[in-house]
Parts: sequence; structure tokens; C-alpha cells
Amino acid sequence: MSHAKPIPIRLSLAGACALALLSAAPTRAEQAVEVQLTYANGAFQPNEVRAPADRSVVFRVRNLDGKAMEFESKSLRVEKVVAAKSEGIINVRALKPGRYEFYDDFNEKARGALNVQ
Amino acid sequence: MLAALIIVFREVFEAGLIVGIVLAVTASVPHRGRWIGGGVLAGVVAACLVAAFAGVLSQLFEGMGQEVFNAAILGVAVVMLTWHNVWMARHGRAIAGEMRAIGKAVAEGSKSLLALSVVVGVAVLREGSEVALFLYGVAASDGSSALTLTLGGCLGLVLGAGVCLLTYLGLVRIPPRALFGTTTVLITLLAAGMAAQAIAFLERANWLTSLDTVVWDSGWLLSDQSIPGRALHTLIGYTDQPTEMQLWVYLAVIAVTGLLMLMTAQERGAHAVAAR
Repeated sequence: MSHAKPIPIRLSLAGACALALLSAAPTRAEQAVEVQLTYANGAFQPNEVRAPADRSVVFRVRNLDGKAMEFESKSLRVEKVVAAKSEGIINVRALKPGRYEFYDDFNEKARGALNVQ
Repeated sequence: MLAALIIVFREVFEAGLIVGIVLAVTASVPHRGRWIGGGVLAGVVAACLVAAFAGVLSQLFEGMGQEVFNAAILGVAVVMLTWHNVWMARHGRAIAGEMRAIGKAVAEGSKSLLALSVVVGVAVLREGSEVALFLYGVAASDGSSALTLTLGGCLGLVLGAGVCLLTYLGLVRIPPRALFGTTTVLITLLAAGMAAQAIAFLERANWLTSLDTVVWDSGWLLSDQSIPGRALHTLIGYTDQPTEMQLWVYLAVIAVTGLLMLMTAQERGAHAVAAR
């Protein structure tokens, strides 16, 4: 019986920490630059997009195809499944200038890039 | 076909490592097959459900449903793994050493098995939902390519199961006395790594933005996208660009596990003395 005791303490501690952190989180999304992409017939449209440097970016990827795709980028450090006929939102932190490639992990022929200036 | 094989293998590989470890941890526990098999099955069913409702899930929490869901199930797995370690600190030696009260130990052992079967279920669910979505896409597309893609997917599945078997066989070769210590360390690092991954998901969802500075970039040394990098990512939570928060949470899980194990071991010692 007694061994069950430490766990609730740990859980409530973790919960309290999580709450404190979440409520302290600033709403950074407001300043984010939005980048819209469409995915149709196994290709990104447009496949070259731009964003300013040092601003966080929000990708809105609309998948018009009948099957799921996975928006992935190693350099942007994101991967997110976008279900068929739906929209996925992907947050990216502020970036240094450069070219960041992305692709559909389920169909690597579909590629595109974000140019940050 | 190769693409399908790689996609499926990559996902099954990660779940396979975890299932292999859990099999080794429970090597001496009776009826473990039922629990672990149940965990895998529940994980597969849940993965199919998540895949089927992927669109709905995504729309939750202002488009961050996937991230929040992943963070939540990883959190559950971390609690289960930690609980297992603490439970083992209390009962493990009694089971391995003296064979007293074996009936009671088995009955209580199933509690720990439940925790581990939840962990297995979570691992299969996380990796499986992506496989399910991919294979569904394959099935939906017509033409002859569907057959070779399915074949590739099946091969990937078999190879992934092979990883599970190799992990298990490798671990059970460790002598029983050393196995307890080894698996405790493995499970603690597994839990810490999962907690750090959960943090990564909350960071992606913008739910967590404090301490989000990247501490180091060891991508030049070992990318977490390479196969060895992925293996380490699953096993010990290796990330080539960890944030401060990830690092702190990682260390905190190790510290809390150690502390709880120490406390329960002492408590057990006190009981043993009192019983005499």
C-alpha cells in the first residue's frame, strides 16, 4: 500500500510545473509569418516560398489529394502528417537566412524550399 | 518498393527496439506474452483509429492536435516506465532472490506488466499510425505499383520485427544478476528520452516557449535522422539540437527516478527490519 504514495506527489508536481510553464508561455504565434502551400497531385504549389529572417514562420499546408502526406524538413526540423483533404499547421522558429528544403515523406518526389532572407 | 520498405522499417524499427527491451525486462515473468501481445494488439488497433481520424485529430487545439496528442501519450509512457522502475526497486530483488510469496509476487507482477504493456501499446501506436496512413494511401492508389509497395511495406515490417528479436536476444544474454541493473538504466534513459520528445512536441505546438534555446548542434557528428542516430533517439532520447528545456526535463526524469527508487528501496529495508 505504502509504495503507491510517491507517485501522486510526483504527478501533481509535474502537473503544477506544466501549468506554470504553459501559463508563462508568451503568444509568439502572433508575430509569425504565414506561408501558404497547397499539395495536389503529388506536388507542392508553390514549391519555392520566401520568408524574412529572424521571424517565426507558420506553414499552412492544404492537402487536396485523396491520401495523407507528411510534410517534412530536416533543416527546418519538422515532420507532420497532413491527412487527406485537410490542412496542416506547422510552426517553425525564427530562422537564419538560407535555403530550407522540405518534402513529402510519403512521396519524396514532391519537394520544395523556403528561402529565408 | 524500396521507399515503402524504408518508410515502414523506419517506424517499426523504433517500436521494435522498445518491444525488445520490454520482452527482456519481463523475461522471467509468467504470462508476459499475454500482456505484451495485448499491448502490441491494442497499439495496432489504436494506430488504425488514429490514422482513420488523423484529419479530426489535427484540427484539435488550433491545428496542434497531433503534437499535443503525441506529447500526452509520451507523458503516459514516461509515468508507466518510471512506475515500473520504482516497482522493481521494491519487489525486483525479492522476485529474483528469495522465491517466497511467489503467488503474491506474480499477482503484483501483473500490475507492473500492465504498465509495460501500456508502454508497448504507446510505442506501437506512435510508430504504427504513420505506417497505417502510408499503407492506406498505397491501397487507395490504383495500379500495379500498389502490389510492390505493399510487398515493400511487409518486408519493412519483417525487418522491424527482426530488430525487436535481436534486441531481445542481445539483452537476455546478459547474466540475470546484471540484467536487473542494465534494464533499470535502459528504462530510465528510455523514459527520460520520451519526456524530452514530449517537450519537443509541446515546443512545436508553441505550448512551450520558455528555455527554447538550442544548447548544442551535434548534427555534424551524428545526425538524429541517420539510422544509428534514430536508434539512439529511441533508446536514450538523443537529439542533435536539444533545447534547454529538453535537457532539463531529461535530467529531471533521471533524478526523480533515482530518488524514488532510493526512497522505495529504503522503505523496503525498513519494512524488512521491522518484520524481523
